[in-house]
Amino acid sequence: MSNVDVVVTGLGATTPLGGDVASTWDAMLAGRSGVGPLTQEWAGQLPVRIAAQLAVEPSEVLERVRLRRMDRAEAMAVIAAKQAWADAGLADSGLDPDRLAVSYGTGIGGAITLLEQDDILEQSGPRRVSPHTVPMLMPNGPAAYIGLELGARAGVRAMASACATGAEAVALGLDLLRAGRADVVVAGSTEAVVHPLPIAGFASMRAMSTRNDDPEKASRPWDKNRDGFVLGEGAGALILERADHAAARGARVYARLAGAGITSDGFDIVQPDPECRGGIRAMRMAIQDAGLTGADIHHVNAHATSTPVGDMGEIKGIKAAIGTHPILTSTKSMSGHLLGAAGALESIATILALRDGIIPPTINLDEPDERLDLDVAAHKARPAEIQAAMNNSFGFGGHNVALVFARV
Amino acid sequence: MATREEITSGLAEILEEVAGVNPEDVAEEKSFTDDLDVDSLSMVEVVVAAEEKFGVKIPDNEVQNLKTVGDAVTYIEANH
Repeated sequence: MSNVDVVVTGLGATTPLGGDVASTWDAMLAGRSGVGPLTQEWAGQLPVRIAAQLAVEPSEVLERVRLRRMDRAEAMAVIAAKQAWADAGLADSGLDPDRLAVSYGTGIGGAITLLEQDDILEQSGPRRVSPHTVPMLMPNGPAAYIGLELGARAGVRAMASACATGAEAVALGLDLLRAGRADVVVAGSTEAVVHPLPIAGFASMRAMSTRNDDPEKASRPWDKNRDGFVLGEGAGALILERADHAAARGARVYARLAGAGITSDGFDIVQPDPECRGGIRAMRMAIQDAGLTGADIHHVNAHATSTPVGDMGEIKGIKAAIGTHPILTSTKSMSGHLLGAAGALESIATILALRDGIIPPTINLDEPDERLDLDVAAHKARPAEIQAAMNNSFGFGGHNVALVFARV
Repeated sequence: MATREEITSGLAEILEEVAGVNPEDVAEEKSFTDDLDVDSLSMVEVVVAAEEKFGVKIPDNEVQNLKTVGDAVTYIEANH
Protein backbone atom coordinates (compact mmCIF):
# COMPACT_ATOMS: atom_id res chain seq x y z
CA MET A 1 0.00 0.00 0.00
CA SER A 2 1.16 3.43 -0.85
CA ASN A 3 0.01 6.67 0.67
CA VAL A 4 -0.13 8.38 -2.72
CA ASP A 5 -3.76 8.85 -3.71
CA VAL A 6 -4.52 8.58 -7.40
CA VAL A 7 -7.59 10.12 -8.99
CA VAL A 8 -9.25 10.14 -12.39
CA THR A 9 -9.56 13.64 -13.81
CA GLY A 10 -10.41 13.05 -17.47
CA LEU A 11 -12.23 10.55 -19.67
CA GLY A 12 -12.34 9.98 -23.42
CA ALA A 13 -13.79 7.30 -25.67
CA THR A 14 -14.93 6.40 -29.12
CA THR A 15 -17.13 3.32 -29.12
CA PRO A 16 -19.91 1.49 -30.94
CA LEU A 17 -22.33 3.42 -28.74
CA GLY A 18 -21.06 6.93 -29.39
CA GLY A 19 -18.20 9.10 -30.58
CA ASP A 20 -17.43 10.36 -27.09
CA VAL A 21 -17.97 9.55 -23.42
CA ALA A 22 -21.21 11.49 -23.01
CA SER A 23 -22.99 9.85 -25.94
CA THR A 24 -21.64 6.41 -25.01
CA TRP A 25 -22.85 6.80 -21.42
CA ASP A 26 -26.28 8.04 -22.54
CA ALA A 27 -26.61 5.02 -24.83
CA MET A 28 -25.62 2.65 -22.03
CA LEU A 29 -28.11 4.13 -19.59
CA ALA A 30 -30.80 3.86 -22.27
CA GLY A 31 -29.92 0.19 -22.82
CA ARG A 32 -29.08 0.60 -26.50
CA SER A 33 -27.19 -2.05 -28.42
CA GLY A 34 -24.24 -1.06 -30.61
CA VAL A 35 -24.26 -4.39 -32.43
CA GLY A 36 -25.30 -4.56 -36.06
CA PRO A 37 -24.86 -6.62 -39.22
CA LEU A 38 -21.56 -6.64 -41.08
CA THR A 39 -22.52 -5.41 -44.52
CA GLN A 40 -19.03 -5.54 -46.03
CA GLU A 41 -18.67 -7.84 -49.03
CA TRP A 42 -16.15 -10.03 -47.22
CA ALA A 43 -18.60 -10.80 -44.45
CA GLY A 44 -20.80 -12.95 -46.67
CA GLN A 45 -18.59 -16.04 -46.40
CA LEU A 46 -18.07 -15.84 -42.62
CA PRO A 47 -19.95 -17.85 -40.00
CA VAL A 48 -20.16 -14.63 -37.93
CA ARG A 49 -21.68 -11.63 -39.73
CA ILE A 50 -22.32 -9.24 -36.83
CA ALA A 51 -20.14 -6.84 -34.87
CA ALA A 52 -20.26 -3.64 -32.84
CA GLN A 53 -18.63 -1.06 -35.09
CA LEU A 54 -17.74 2.53 -34.24
CA ALA A 55 -20.62 4.98 -34.05
CA VAL A 56 -18.43 7.79 -35.44
CA GLU A 57 -15.77 7.07 -38.04
CA PRO A 58 -12.27 8.42 -37.29
CA SER A 59 -12.39 10.19 -40.67
CA GLU A 60 -15.07 12.48 -39.24
CA VAL A 61 -12.67 13.55 -36.49
CA LEU A 62 -9.08 13.38 -37.70
CA GLU A 63 -7.58 15.01 -40.74
CA ARG A 64 -7.24 12.80 -43.84
CA VAL A 65 -3.47 12.95 -44.26
CA ARG A 66 -2.85 12.05 -40.60
CA LEU A 67 -5.21 9.10 -40.93
CA ARG A 68 -3.25 7.71 -43.90
CA ARG A 69 -0.31 7.17 -41.56
CA MET A 70 -2.23 5.59 -38.71
CA ASP A 71 -3.77 2.21 -38.21
CA ARG A 72 -7.44 2.43 -37.26
CA ALA A 73 -6.54 1.37 -33.70
CA GLU A 74 -4.01 4.22 -33.48
CA ALA A 75 -6.47 6.79 -34.79
CA MET A 76 -9.10 5.72 -32.26
CA ALA A 77 -6.53 5.87 -29.46
CA VAL A 78 -5.54 9.43 -30.38
CA ILE A 79 -9.20 10.49 -30.58
CA ALA A 80 -9.97 9.06 -27.12
CA ALA A 81 -6.81 10.47 -25.55
CA LYS A 82 -7.40 13.97 -26.94
CA GLN A 83 -10.91 13.95 -25.50
CA ALA A 84 -9.63 12.83 -22.09
CA TRP A 85 -6.88 15.44 -22.18
CA ALA A 86 -9.35 18.23 -22.93
CA ASP A 87 -11.80 16.86 -20.37
CA ALA A 88 -9.10 16.99 -17.68
CA GLY A 89 -8.34 20.61 -18.50
CA LEU A 90 -4.69 19.81 -19.05
CA ALA A 91 -4.28 21.58 -22.38
CA ASP A 92 -2.94 24.85 -20.99
CA SER A 93 -2.09 23.68 -17.49
CA GLY A 94 1.66 24.07 -17.84
CA LEU A 95 2.21 20.39 -16.99
CA ASP A 96 5.90 19.49 -17.28
CA PRO A 97 6.10 17.00 -20.20
CA ASP A 98 8.84 15.14 -18.29
CA ARG A 99 6.16 14.28 -15.70
CA LEU A 100 3.58 13.02 -18.21
CA ALA A 101 3.54 9.29 -19.00
CA VAL A 102 1.43 7.09 -21.22
CA SER A 103 0.29 3.57 -20.30
CA TYR A 104 -1.76 2.43 -23.22
CA GLY A 105 -2.26 -0.88 -24.95
CA THR A 106 -3.98 -2.93 -27.55
CA GLY A 107 -4.92 -6.58 -27.51
CA ILE A 108 -3.96 -7.36 -31.07
CA GLY A 109 -2.37 -4.25 -32.59
CA GLY A 110 -2.38 -3.05 -36.17
CA ALA A 111 -3.90 -6.18 -37.67
CA ILE A 112 -5.90 -4.34 -40.30
CA THR A 113 -2.76 -2.62 -41.58
CA LEU A 114 -0.81 -5.88 -41.57
CA LEU A 115 -3.48 -7.68 -43.56
CA GLU A 116 -4.16 -4.84 -45.99
CA GLN A 117 -0.48 -4.37 -46.71
CA ASP A 118 -0.09 -8.12 -47.19
CA ASP A 119 -2.83 -7.90 -49.83
CA ILE A 120 -0.85 -5.13 -51.54
CA LEU A 121 2.34 -7.19 -51.33
CA GLU A 122 0.64 -10.18 -52.94
CA GLN A 123 -1.14 -8.19 -55.63
CA SER A 124 1.31 -5.43 -56.53
CA GLY A 125 4.70 -6.41 -55.15
CA PRO A 126 6.95 -5.15 -52.37
CA ARG A 127 7.57 -1.70 -53.85
CA ARG A 128 3.92 -0.79 -53.37
CA VAL A 129 3.93 -1.63 -49.65
CA SER A 130 3.45 1.59 -47.70
CA PRO A 131 6.50 3.05 -45.94
CA HIS A 132 4.14 3.70 -43.00
CA THR A 133 3.42 -0.03 -42.56
CA VAL A 134 5.70 -0.69 -39.58
CA PRO A 135 4.71 2.29 -37.41
CA MET A 136 1.09 1.48 -38.25
CA LEU A 137 1.17 -2.15 -37.20
CA MET A 138 3.52 -2.07 -34.22
CA PRO A 139 1.62 -2.78 -30.98
CA ASN A 140 3.22 0.18 -29.18
CA GLY A 141 1.95 2.46 -31.97
CA PRO A 142 -1.23 3.64 -30.20
CA ALA A 143 0.69 4.51 -27.02
CA ALA A 144 3.44 6.20 -29.01
CA TYR A 145 1.01 8.27 -31.07
CA ILE A 146 -0.71 9.46 -27.89
CA GLY A 147 2.69 10.35 -26.47
CA LEU A 148 3.48 12.35 -29.60
CA GLU A 149 0.12 14.07 -29.65
CA LEU A 150 0.31 15.18 -26.01
CA GLY A 151 4.08 15.56 -25.75
CA ALA A 152 4.58 12.92 -23.05
CA ARG A 153 8.21 12.42 -22.06
CA ALA A 154 8.03 10.35 -18.86
CA GLY A 155 7.84 7.14 -20.84
CA VAL A 156 5.34 5.56 -23.18
CA ARG A 157 4.42 2.07 -21.96
CA ALA A 158 2.53 -0.33 -24.18
CA MET A 159 0.53 -3.12 -22.61
CA ALA A 160 -0.52 -6.34 -24.30
CA SER A 161 -2.55 -8.79 -22.24
CA ALA A 162 -5.37 -9.62 -24.64
CA CYS A 163 -8.77 -8.73 -23.20
CA ALA A 164 -7.24 -7.56 -19.91
CA THR A 165 -5.05 -4.98 -21.67
CA GLY A 166 -7.09 -1.88 -20.87
CA ALA A 167 -7.41 -2.70 -17.20
CA GLU A 168 -3.75 -3.65 -16.94
CA ALA A 169 -2.76 -0.34 -18.54
CA VAL A 170 -4.80 1.48 -15.89
CA ALA A 171 -3.17 -0.66 -13.17
CA LEU A 172 0.29 0.19 -14.49
CA GLY A 173 -0.70 3.86 -14.48
CA LEU A 174 -1.51 3.54 -10.78
CA ASP A 175 1.90 1.97 -10.14
CA LEU A 176 3.71 4.70 -12.09
CA LEU A 177 2.02 7.43 -10.08
CA ARG A 178 2.58 5.71 -6.75
CA ALA A 179 6.22 5.14 -7.60
CA GLY A 180 6.62 8.84 -8.38
CA ARG A 181 7.59 8.26 -11.99
CA ALA A 182 5.01 10.74 -13.28
CA ASP A 183 2.39 13.24 -12.07
CA VAL A 184 -0.12 12.44 -14.81
CA VAL A 185 -0.64 9.24 -16.81
CA VAL A 186 -2.79 8.79 -19.90
CA ALA A 187 -4.05 5.22 -19.54
CA GLY A 188 -6.32 2.99 -21.57
CA SER A 189 -6.49 0.88 -24.67
CA THR A 190 -7.75 0.55 -28.21
CA GLU A 191 -8.86 -2.24 -30.52
CA ALA A 192 -9.77 -2.30 -34.18
CA VAL A 193 -9.90 -5.77 -35.66
CA VAL A 194 -13.21 -5.86 -37.47
CA HIS A 195 -11.65 -7.74 -40.38
CA PRO A 196 -12.36 -11.20 -41.78
CA LEU A 197 -9.17 -12.86 -40.50
CA PRO A 198 -9.51 -12.11 -36.77
CA ILE A 199 -13.23 -12.81 -36.99
CA ALA A 200 -12.58 -16.14 -38.73
CA GLY A 201 -9.98 -17.00 -36.09
CA PHE A 202 -12.28 -16.29 -33.15
CA ALA A 203 -15.14 -18.02 -34.96
CA SER A 204 -12.99 -21.11 -35.50
CA MET A 205 -12.48 -21.22 -31.73
CA ARG A 206 -16.29 -21.29 -31.47
CA ALA A 207 -15.95 -18.29 -29.17
CA MET A 208 -18.32 -15.95 -31.02
CA SER A 209 -22.05 -15.61 -31.18
CA THR A 210 -23.55 -16.66 -34.52
CA ARG A 211 -26.88 -15.00 -33.88
CA ASN A 212 -26.56 -13.31 -37.27
CA ASP A 213 -30.27 -12.80 -37.76
CA ASP A 214 -30.72 -10.80 -34.55
CA PRO A 215 -27.58 -8.74 -33.91
CA GLU A 216 -28.91 -6.60 -31.06
CA LYS A 217 -29.80 -9.75 -29.11
CA ALA A 218 -26.50 -11.52 -29.73
CA SER A 219 -24.49 -10.25 -26.76
CA ARG A 220 -26.35 -11.67 -23.75
CA PRO A 221 -24.07 -12.22 -20.76
CA TRP A 222 -25.42 -14.70 -18.16
CA ASP A 223 -28.46 -15.49 -20.29
CA LYS A 224 -29.29 -19.17 -20.76
CA ASN A 225 -29.21 -18.73 -24.53
CA ARG A 226 -25.85 -16.98 -24.79
CA ASP A 227 -23.67 -18.47 -27.51
CA GLY A 228 -20.45 -16.48 -27.49
CA PHE A 229 -19.12 -12.95 -27.55
CA VAL A 230 -19.78 -10.26 -30.13
CA LEU A 231 -16.70 -8.49 -31.46
CA GLY A 232 -16.59 -4.74 -30.86
CA GLU A 233 -14.11 -2.02 -31.72
CA GLY A 234 -13.27 1.18 -29.92
CA ALA A 235 -10.91 2.99 -27.59
CA GLY A 236 -11.02 4.48 -24.13
CA ALA A 237 -8.65 6.79 -22.29
CA LEU A 238 -8.43 7.87 -18.66
CA ILE A 239 -6.37 10.67 -17.21
CA LEU A 240 -4.88 9.38 -13.96
CA GLU A 241 -3.29 11.94 -11.72
CA ARG A 242 -1.68 12.17 -8.31
CA ALA A 243 -4.43 13.50 -6.04
CA ASP A 244 -2.29 16.33 -4.66
CA HIS A 245 -1.34 17.36 -8.20
CA ALA A 246 -5.00 17.42 -9.24
CA ALA A 247 -5.95 19.38 -6.13
CA ALA A 248 -3.20 21.95 -6.67
CA ARG A 249 -4.53 22.79 -10.13
CA GLY A 250 -8.16 22.68 -9.03
CA ALA A 251 -9.02 19.80 -11.31
CA ARG A 252 -12.46 18.22 -11.35
CA VAL A 253 -12.19 14.67 -9.97
CA TYR A 254 -14.41 11.82 -11.20
CA ALA A 255 -13.29 9.14 -8.75
CA ARG A 256 -10.33 7.73 -6.91
CA LEU A 257 -8.48 4.80 -8.46
CA ALA A 258 -8.19 3.06 -5.12
CA GLY A 259 -6.57 -0.25 -5.94
CA ALA A 260 -5.57 -2.84 -8.50
CA GLY A 261 -4.89 -6.54 -8.56
CA ILE A 262 -3.10 -8.45 -11.29
CA THR A 263 -2.68 -12.23 -11.36
CA SER A 264 -2.15 -14.97 -13.91
CA ASP A 265 -3.91 -18.32 -14.05
CA GLY A 266 -1.21 -20.77 -15.05
CA PHE A 267 -4.12 -22.88 -16.26
CA ASP A 268 -4.61 -22.75 -20.05
CA ILE A 269 -3.64 -20.45 -22.89
CA VAL A 270 -7.27 -19.58 -23.72
CA GLN A 271 -9.69 -21.45 -21.44
CA PRO A 272 -10.72 -19.57 -18.33
CA ASP A 273 -10.27 -21.47 -15.07
CA PRO A 274 -13.87 -22.55 -14.31
CA GLU A 275 -13.14 -22.02 -10.61
CA CYS A 276 -11.88 -18.48 -11.34
CA ARG A 277 -9.00 -18.95 -8.88
CA GLY A 278 -6.79 -16.36 -10.57
CA GLY A 279 -9.73 -13.97 -10.81
CA ILE A 280 -10.47 -14.39 -7.11
CA ARG A 281 -6.88 -13.60 -6.20
CA ALA A 282 -6.92 -10.50 -8.44
CA MET A 283 -10.19 -9.24 -6.91
CA ARG A 284 -8.96 -9.82 -3.35
CA MET A 285 -5.67 -8.16 -4.13
CA ALA A 286 -7.41 -5.09 -5.56
CA ILE A 287 -9.73 -4.78 -2.55
CA GLN A 288 -6.84 -5.10 -0.12
CA ASP A 289 -4.77 -2.64 -2.15
CA ALA A 290 -7.65 -0.18 -1.84
CA GLY A 291 -7.69 -0.62 1.94
CA LEU A 292 -11.26 -1.92 1.73
CA THR A 293 -13.10 -5.15 2.40
CA GLY A 294 -15.49 -7.07 0.15
CA ALA A 295 -18.42 -5.49 1.96
CA ASP A 296 -17.36 -2.07 0.64
CA ILE A 297 -17.70 -3.07 -3.03
CA HIS A 298 -21.26 -2.20 -4.03
CA HIS A 299 -21.07 -2.74 -7.76
CA VAL A 300 -19.07 -4.83 -10.24
CA ASN A 301 -18.77 -4.08 -13.92
CA ALA A 302 -18.03 -7.70 -14.80
CA HIS A 303 -15.89 -9.12 -17.55
CA ALA A 304 -18.84 -11.37 -18.59
CA THR A 305 -18.43 -11.61 -22.34
CA SER A 306 -21.46 -13.81 -23.12
CA THR A 307 -19.51 -17.05 -23.45
CA PRO A 308 -20.91 -20.20 -21.81
CA VAL A 309 -17.94 -20.98 -19.51
CA GLY A 310 -16.42 -17.61 -18.65
CA ASP A 311 -19.58 -15.88 -17.47
CA MET A 312 -20.36 -18.40 -14.75
CA GLY A 313 -16.79 -18.78 -13.52
CA GLU A 314 -16.67 -15.08 -12.78
CA ILE A 315 -19.88 -15.36 -10.74
CA LYS A 316 -18.19 -17.93 -8.52
CA GLY A 317 -15.21 -15.62 -8.23
CA ILE A 318 -17.23 -12.55 -7.26
CA LYS A 319 -19.06 -14.48 -4.55
CA ALA A 320 -15.79 -15.79 -3.12
CA ALA A 321 -13.85 -12.53 -3.27
CA ILE A 322 -16.56 -9.94 -2.59
CA GLY A 323 -19.78 -11.61 -1.44
CA THR A 324 -23.35 -11.87 -2.61
CA HIS A 325 -24.27 -8.20 -2.15
CA PRO A 326 -22.79 -6.30 -5.14
CA ILE A 327 -25.02 -5.34 -8.05
CA LEU A 328 -23.48 -6.59 -11.27
CA THR A 329 -23.67 -5.50 -14.85
CA SER A 330 -22.02 -6.41 -18.12
CA THR A 331 -21.97 -3.42 -20.44
CA LYS A 332 -20.65 -5.78 -23.14
CA SER A 333 -24.31 -6.66 -23.65
CA MET A 334 -24.52 -3.25 -25.37
CA SER A 335 -21.00 -2.39 -26.56
CA GLY A 336 -19.96 -5.87 -27.64
CA HIS A 337 -16.57 -7.10 -26.53
CA LEU A 338 -13.89 -4.52 -27.30
CA LEU A 339 -11.15 -7.09 -26.57
CA GLY A 340 -8.07 -5.11 -25.47
CA ALA A 341 -10.12 -1.93 -25.12
CA ALA A 342 -12.78 -3.53 -22.91
CA GLY A 343 -11.04 -2.68 -19.64
CA ALA A 344 -10.72 0.96 -20.63
CA LEU A 345 -14.34 1.40 -21.68
CA GLU A 346 -15.62 -0.56 -18.70
CA SER A 347 -13.46 1.41 -16.27
CA ILE A 348 -15.13 4.51 -17.66
CA ALA A 349 -18.58 2.95 -17.17
CA THR A 350 -17.65 1.96 -13.61
CA ILE A 351 -16.43 5.47 -12.81
CA LEU A 352 -19.57 7.09 -14.21
CA ALA A 353 -21.79 4.64 -12.30
CA LEU A 354 -20.02 5.81 -9.12
CA ARG A 355 -20.31 9.46 -10.02
CA ASP A 356 -23.95 9.39 -11.13
CA GLY A 357 -25.23 6.75 -8.70
CA ILE A 358 -26.68 4.64 -11.49
CA ILE A 359 -25.68 1.24 -12.84
CA PRO A 360 -26.00 0.74 -16.59
CA PRO A 361 -28.08 -2.29 -17.55
CA THR A 362 -27.24 -5.74 -18.84
CA ILE A 363 -29.56 -6.02 -21.78
CA ASN A 364 -30.82 -9.31 -23.23
CA LEU A 365 -30.76 -11.08 -19.87
CA ASP A 366 -34.17 -12.56 -20.65
CA GLU A 367 -33.71 -16.02 -19.17
CA PRO A 368 -30.93 -15.93 -16.60
CA ASP A 369 -28.72 -19.02 -16.30
CA GLU A 370 -29.93 -20.98 -13.24
CA ARG A 371 -26.48 -20.68 -11.72
CA LEU A 372 -26.70 -16.89 -11.73
CA ASP A 373 -27.53 -16.19 -8.09
CA LEU A 374 -26.29 -12.61 -7.86
CA ASP A 375 -28.20 -9.42 -8.48
CA VAL A 376 -27.75 -8.03 -12.00
CA ALA A 377 -29.09 -4.70 -13.23
CA ALA A 378 -31.00 -6.48 -15.98
CA HIS A 379 -32.78 -4.65 -18.84
CA LYS A 380 -32.90 -1.22 -17.20
CA ALA A 381 -30.37 1.09 -15.57
CA ARG A 382 -30.61 0.88 -11.80
CA PRO A 383 -30.10 3.82 -9.43
CA ALA A 384 -27.80 2.83 -6.55
CA GLU A 385 -25.69 4.57 -3.94
CA ILE A 386 -22.22 3.28 -4.68
CA GLN A 387 -19.19 4.10 -2.55
CA ALA A 388 -16.78 1.74 -4.28
CA ALA A 389 -16.99 -0.40 -7.39
CA MET A 390 -14.88 -2.95 -9.22
CA ASN A 391 -14.09 -3.55 -12.86
CA ASN A 392 -12.91 -7.02 -13.86
CA SER A 393 -11.01 -7.92 -17.01
CA PHE A 394 -9.70 -11.35 -17.95
CA GLY A 395 -7.69 -12.17 -21.06
CA PHE A 396 -6.45 -15.01 -23.24
CA GLY A 397 -3.15 -16.07 -21.76
CA GLY A 398 -4.69 -16.29 -18.29
CA HIS A 399 -4.45 -12.58 -17.40
CA ASN A 400 -6.70 -11.37 -14.58
CA VAL A 401 -6.99 -7.72 -13.63
CA ALA A 402 -9.35 -6.18 -11.08
CA LEU A 403 -9.58 -2.44 -10.49
CA VAL A 404 -11.29 -0.71 -7.59
CA PHE A 405 -12.66 2.80 -7.98
CA ALA A 406 -14.08 4.80 -5.07
CA ARG A 407 -16.05 7.97 -4.62
CA VAL A 408 -14.11 11.04 -3.62
CA MET B 1 4.74 13.38 -73.93
CA ALA B 2 3.68 15.42 -70.95
CA THR B 3 4.82 19.03 -70.71
CA ARG B 4 6.66 20.39 -67.68
CA GLU B 5 3.43 22.09 -66.60
CA GLU B 6 1.51 18.82 -66.85
CA ILE B 7 4.14 16.95 -64.86
CA THR B 8 4.15 19.68 -62.18
CA SER B 9 0.40 19.55 -61.83
CA GLY B 10 0.50 15.73 -61.70
CA LEU B 11 3.06 15.94 -58.89
CA ALA B 12 0.88 18.50 -57.13
CA GLU B 13 -2.01 16.02 -57.15
CA ILE B 14 0.21 13.31 -55.66
CA LEU B 15 1.60 15.68 -53.03
CA GLU B 16 -1.89 16.68 -51.99
CA GLU B 17 -3.03 13.07 -51.72
CA VAL B 18 0.03 11.78 -49.89
CA ALA B 19 1.13 14.69 -47.75
CA GLY B 20 -1.74 17.17 -47.75
CA VAL B 21 0.26 19.81 -49.63
CA ASN B 22 -1.85 22.64 -51.04
CA PRO B 23 -1.53 22.32 -54.85
CA GLU B 24 -1.16 26.11 -55.12
CA ASP B 25 2.06 25.86 -53.13
CA VAL B 26 3.63 23.45 -55.60
CA ALA B 27 6.09 25.14 -57.98
CA GLU B 28 9.34 24.07 -59.64
CA GLU B 29 11.61 26.02 -57.29
CA LYS B 30 10.04 24.53 -54.12
CA SER B 31 12.08 22.10 -52.03
CA PHE B 32 10.19 18.98 -51.03
CA THR B 33 11.54 18.93 -47.47
CA ASP B 34 12.19 22.60 -46.68
CA ASP B 35 9.25 24.27 -48.42
CA LEU B 36 6.58 21.60 -48.73
CA ASP B 37 7.30 19.76 -45.47
CA VAL B 38 7.41 16.33 -47.10
CA ASP B 39 9.16 13.91 -44.73
CA SER B 40 11.29 10.99 -45.87
CA LEU B 41 8.53 8.37 -45.62
CA SER B 42 6.09 10.54 -47.54
CA MET B 43 8.78 11.14 -50.17
CA VAL B 44 8.88 7.37 -50.71
CA GLU B 45 5.14 7.43 -51.31
CA VAL B 46 5.48 10.38 -53.71
CA VAL B 47 8.13 8.56 -55.72
CA VAL B 48 6.12 5.34 -55.98
CA ALA B 49 2.99 7.24 -56.99
CA ALA B 50 4.96 9.28 -59.57
CA GLU B 51 6.42 6.10 -61.06
CA GLU B 52 2.93 4.77 -61.54
CA LYS B 53 1.46 8.01 -62.85
CA PHE B 54 4.20 8.84 -65.34
CA GLY B 55 5.42 5.35 -66.24
CA VAL B 56 9.01 5.97 -65.10
CA LYS B 57 11.47 4.17 -62.87
CA ILE B 58 13.02 6.36 -60.19
CA PRO B 59 15.81 4.37 -58.51
CA ASP B 60 16.50 5.02 -54.81
CA ASN B 61 19.96 6.46 -55.57
CA GLU B 62 18.28 9.00 -57.86
CA VAL B 63 15.74 10.11 -55.27
CA GLN B 64 18.37 11.85 -53.15
CA ASN B 65 19.10 14.16 -56.09
CA LEU B 66 15.47 15.24 -56.36
CA LYS B 67 15.61 18.18 -53.97
CA THR B 68 13.04 20.39 -55.65
CA VAL B 69 9.85 19.85 -57.60
CA GLY B 70 11.77 21.09 -60.66
CA ASP B 71 14.41 18.36 -60.17
CA ALA B 72 11.65 15.74 -60.21
CA VAL B 73 9.99 17.29 -63.26
CA THR B 74 13.30 17.27 -65.14
CA TYR B 75 13.96 13.64 -64.24
CA ILE B 76 10.48 12.51 -65.23
CA GLU B 77 10.57 14.53 -68.47
CA ALA B 78 13.88 12.94 -69.45
CA ASN B 79 12.97 9.36 -68.53
CA HIS B 80 9.34 8.73 -69.30
